[in-house]
This record gives sequence, C-alpha cells and structure tokens, in this order.
Amino acid sequence: MEVCGTHSHAVGRHGLRQLLPDSVELVSGPGCPVCVTTAGQVELALELARRGAMVATFGDMMRVPGPSGSLAGARAAGGDVRVVYSPQQALELAAREPGREVVFVAVGFETTAPAVAAVAKQAPAAGPSGFSLLGLHKLVPPALEALVADEEVALDGLLCPGHVSVVIGSEAYRPLAERWRMPCVVAGFEPEDILLGVAMLLAQIADERAEVENAYPRAVRPEGNPRALALMEEVFEPTEAEWRGLGSLPDSGLKLRGAYAALDARERFGLAVVAAPEPPGCRCGDVLRGRLRPAECGLFGGACTPARPVGPCMVSSEGACAAAYKYERTQVVRG
Amino acid sequence: MDEGVVTLAHGGGGSLMAELLAARVLPVLGVAEAGEDAAGVGRGLLMTTDSFVVKPLVFPGSDIGRMAVYGTVNDLAMRGGWPRAMTVGLIVEEGLSLDVLDQVVASLAAAAQECGVKIVGGDTKVLEAGRGDGLYINTTGLAEALLAERDLPSLGRARPGDAVLINGPVGEHGIAVLAAREQLGFAAEVRSDCAPLHEMARALIEELGTGVHCLHDPTRGGLAAALNEIALASGVGMRLEEGAIPRRAAVEAACELLGLDALQVANEGKMVAVVEEGMAERALKVLRADERGREGAVIGEVTEGVAGRVELVTELGTTRIVDMPSGELLPRIC
Amino acid sequence: MCLAVPLQILRIDGREALCGHRGLEVRARVDLLEDAAVGDWVLVHAGFAIAVVDPAEAAEVWSLVGEVTGRGVG
Repeated sequence: MEVCGTHSHAVGRHGLRQLLPDSVELVSGPGCPVCVTTAGQVELALELARRGAMVATFGDMMRVPGPSGSLAGARAAGGDVRVVYSPQQALELAAREPGREVVFVAVGFETTAPAVAAVAKQAPAAGPSGFSLLGLHKLVPPALEALVADEEVALDGLLCPGHVSVVIGSEAYRPLAERWRMPCVVAGFEPEDILLGVAMLLAQIADERAEVENAYPRAVRPEGNPRALALMEEVFEPTEAEWRGLGSLPDSGLKLRGAYAALDARERFGLAVVAAPEPPGCRCGDVLRGRLRPAECGLFGGACTPARPVGPCMVSSEGACAAAYKYERTQVVRG
Repeated sequence: MDEGVVTLAHGGGGSLMAELLAARVLPVLGVAEAGEDAAGVGRGLLMTTDSFVVKPLVFPGSDIGRMAVYGTVNDLAMRGGWPRAMTVGLIVEEGLSLDVLDQVVASLAAAAQECGVKIVGGDTKVLEAGRGDGLYINTTGLAEALLAERDLPSLGRARPGDAVLINGPVGEHGIAVLAAREQLGFAAEVRSDCAPLHEMARALIEELGTGVHCLHDPTRGGLAAALNEIALASGVGMRLEEGAIPRRAAVEAACELLGLDALQVANEGKMVAVVEEGMAERALKVLRADERGREGAVIGEVTEGVAGRVELVTELGTTRIVDMPSGELLPRIC
Repeated sequence: MCLAVPLQILRIDGREALCGHRGLEVRARVDLLEDAAVGDWVLVHAGFAIAVVDPAEAAEVWSLVGEVTGRGVG
C-alpha cells in the first residue's frame, strides 16, 4: 500500500502499475489529507464562509463536497473564499484587510503542519487580530497503525510518504516494522523513486525481512527535520481526530496549544462539528482503507466523476478514485 | 453535486462547461454546429463570437485587448477562414483606470491592424464598481472561407491514421497569467504565447487542401480539452507520445510547483492540426516555416481505439489516459 | 502527499529566500531549516523550504532500480 496521495497521483500519471509484475498489487491508502477530511469538518469551513469570514484555503479543498456544498460553491454563492498557495499568504491577506475576520483552513499532514505552525507563531505578535486557524491537521503514523492492524486489508508492505518523512524522519516507522513485522520503505515521487521503493519492498518480502529502509536519502533523514518538529510541538498538541474511512483515532490530529489556542477559529466562532452523514452509496471510507478498489465502488465513473464528485476520493487530484478515473479507467465516460 | 448555480468550474472549458451548454443552452438556442470554433453562414462566410475574461488585464507577453483580437482571428482561422472584420463590445467596470483603458484599446487597434482585420463596430457599457474584473471584452468576427463549406476543417473530420501536430510548446499563457497574479508568490520566465494563427492555418490549407481535417486552438482546458473535443466529435481515439509534446522548462517547473498538468493549461498562440495520414511531413514543414511554428512537432496519431479516448504513451513506455479537464485549474499543495 | 519541488536558493532575506530553477522563481520561508545557504537546493512545499536536498543523488536512482531488481525498467 502506498499512503501518500502524491504517490497515488504519480503512479497514475506515469502508468507505473503497468511496469509491476502481476503478482504485485499496489493499493492506494488514506494518503490524501483532503480525502480524509470528514464531511462535518468541511462543513465548518462552509459555515465560516456563510458567517462572512474571509476563508483562505489551499486549492485542494475547494471542490470537496460537504453536506451543504463545497467551498467553490460557497464562493459562487457570494462567500469570500480565497485560494492560497502558502499559509503565509493567508496572514498577508489578513494584514491587508484589518477589521476583517480571516480564517485559514489548515489541512495537511506533517509536511504542512510546521509551515502552519511557523505562521501561527508570527500571528499574535505581528499579525492582525482578525486572523485565526481552522485546525484540521492529521498525523500519518496513527493511521498507518490502524491500517496495518486491519486484517481485512492484509498488507505485505508499506510504501511510506516521502515528504511527510522529510519532517518526521524514517525512524518514525520503526514501530510498524518491529511491532507489526511490516516492511517499510520511504520513497520519493519521481517514477524511478517509486519503482525503487517497490523493488526494495519486494526484496524485503522475498527475504522475509521487516525493516525500515530509506529509498529517498537525498531528502529524508532518520531523525527528520528537528526544527520543524520542534515548531510543531510548540504550537500544536496531538488530539483525537476523526478520519473519513478510519473513524476516530486517538492522538491522530493536531490542535493549537497554550497561547496559540487564541488563534483557534472553532473557539473564536463558537463552532462545533456536526456529525454529517456520508452521501448515500459513497464508499470512500472503504477505498481509503484499501478494502475496496476505486472501480469496485458502485458510483465510480457513473454518478461519481471528477466533474461531479460525490466523495473526496474523487475530488482531490490525489484521491485514489480521481487518479484511477483520470489515468487508468478503461471505458470512456462521456461528459 | 449540483449547487443550483453556475460556478467557476463551469467556465473552465472542460466537461462541466460542455454539460452546461449541452443541457441548458444549445438545444434551446437551436445551435447546429455546437463546439466548432466558427460557423459557416453561407455565401462563403464564417462567423464566430468570443468573450474575454482575464485577470490581470495586462500580463507578460500580452493584454486583454490583444488577446481579444487574436482569439477571434484564431477561432475563424481554425475553421478555415481568412479573417476580414470584427466588432468589439467593451463591458467596463466603473473605476477602471483610463490609462489601462487606453492601453487596451491601443492594443486592440494594433493587433487588428497587424492581422489585417477591420474593426467595423462595437458597443460599450459600464457596470457598477464591484461587479466586474475591470473590463470584459466580447467580439464577433467575420471571415471568408478558404474552401467550400463542406471541405472546411472541422472537429468531426479526424480519421484513424491521421497525424496530430502542434506548432509549439504548451502551457505558456496560463502560467504567465498565474505568475502575474502575484498572490501565488512566484514569477516565471514565461510570457504568454498570445499570437494570431491565421497565416499558419492558411498556409496549411494551401499546401494540403482538404487533407487538413481539423484545426483547433487549445485555449481554456489546454491541449487535453482540445484533443478530447476532437476525439469525441469525430468518434475516434488518439494516441500521443509524451516525449514528442514540446514543453518549456519554466512552464514544467511552474506546473510541478503548483500541482498543475501542463496539458490542461491554457494557450493563446497554439493550434492543433489533424492532417491526413501521410501528410505529416509536409504539414510539419509548413508549421516550421512560420515564426510561430518553429517548434512544431508531430505529437501523435488518431486511432481506431475507444471513441473519445485520448491516450498518452509516457516516457517510460506505459500508457495512461489524457482526461477531459473537469473545471477550474486549481493550484494544489498535496 | 505532498507536492514539494527542488529549487536552488538564489538569495536570502532574513527568514525568506528567493528560490529558483529553470526560469521559475519562488518566495519561500527558510526558517524551518537549520542552516540554509545561497546555492543550496531545497524542497519547497506550500511556500516553505522543508529540507535541504542533494540533487546529484537523484540522477543515481535509475541505476539503483536496476541493481535492486536485477534488470532495467521500461
């Protein structure tokens, strides 16, 4: 299983499954932070837009459907939703419009959390008072534990996310290798990086080894990026978080701690997550767990396409379903 | 999920726009040749209309005025027309700087003169402040058909065995505009490829006659949209060679940064030509003889495969689908 | 996840740097790195440099794939 949406996308884009022997199946897991954001969590962002806040978000989140629509839909209905490439830009937007409430939708795994932490650190001192964060960050290792423990999925190896590992370090996966006897290889994102990662996993499996190997040493160190980790530690603390498909996992999300809690948009606006049901027929949960292949979902390619996504796996370019539909589907679906 | 309103994704030039038109607009208006870049109206004449919405109004390599003229000229040229005249409608937002207006109008005039097109009329309206992106331009263009109407290049004329060509590298316009928007925090040595293509199109038709099956400019939705439109309209498949598609390093780097697919990024000075089997070499020669076609290349062929399916053979030798883009081009971090 | 691009640091201005490659220039924060110097190659994600990388190693990966699998690819 690869658990990184960028891996899913790269595999699709380069047709890498065609280079693997038939005996090897590369399954996509819950590696896309957008895909694992629950409908209820999306609804928080929509509520903020409805209340007149300027909602700054990464482009990835714009089309994810919540119960009452998407951020793109909110913008079409007159909401002030802005796409940014960096959390710093959200702070800059707030500085340019004092008096406005500006909320940054903080989605992402450990690759992104340090950047958000750095911006959060600047905000109280230098930033405007109307800036806050909707914290939706999630942590990868707890999700990996949940997957590896899942008997229905029965994985033989884990291709670990290269850029998350830049921050958390390859040693973060040691408990999986040792406690669960799961071969782990950290891989980069060029086609050759991914193929090397798969090859090294197969070698481990053939040798009956269960180790953590780093196939991306040019960017990933065993200890990760200590400064980034320290910053995350200073601004955030682990908290229970709900993952689409995996349910609630302890210590799998991040929430603002200490003085930084003043930046929490949920507190500021008095928001509570409303449990929102998944759309009928949507199997994103099972796809995210690797229990179902995208093409096996009844909605795939018919009611659910990138143009009209039902669930997040189809919206995000990195979602397993989007990658499968855009690059690998064998029948043309018109429109 | 349909949200009961038109969204920006509907304007993306991809499948959502096609659906919107097919479901709500075209059947009601009774448009016969939907999807073609220009329409024959009899008496050897072709007509087209286009609207120009771009932010910012001025960007490296061009501006909305020049874009409006070239865009109209190109639509007519793609259908085998030699552009003669156009009208220009200006919808101006209250508060637009007069200097900007002057610049755009001067650009319009210069571009029209360059193309030998007479601007014969127009209209101007002013909107309240806050209701527009400064300026919108709508045009109507008129051309003389270079061939009899039934022989004109058309989206529906591609046949298995035909060669697919393009006149140069993809993605320059879209990236230049994104870079000029500033809030994304990047700059690129990329200028919009905005250019008129009517001379190149005419040269192709003069050389190959009815062997020019399709001409289509990959604007919004990029090369991916243009090829999917041809494949669908003609009921054919296509196979492209990734390594053969001309690309600029800076465009590729910007696409990697923003998570965009260069094949889906807009162009304003490119045309796809689908020509009869066996005519590829001659077509390539014609393209390369034009200053706007120096980097022209054969990028693939039309196949008998699944109708409407465009495939790409990657540099690794694997095959993947080039999908019809579905909507707004959004930068991503994941 | 996630997208990060290798770029070379052209200029440093406090905690921001101008990074570039192949005609692309990006403003990125470098305060997540211990020591970043002009000329270093860094991975930029969401406007932040998250690691210093060794670009020369990238070229070797194909041959490593061959070594591990015992054959070439493609």
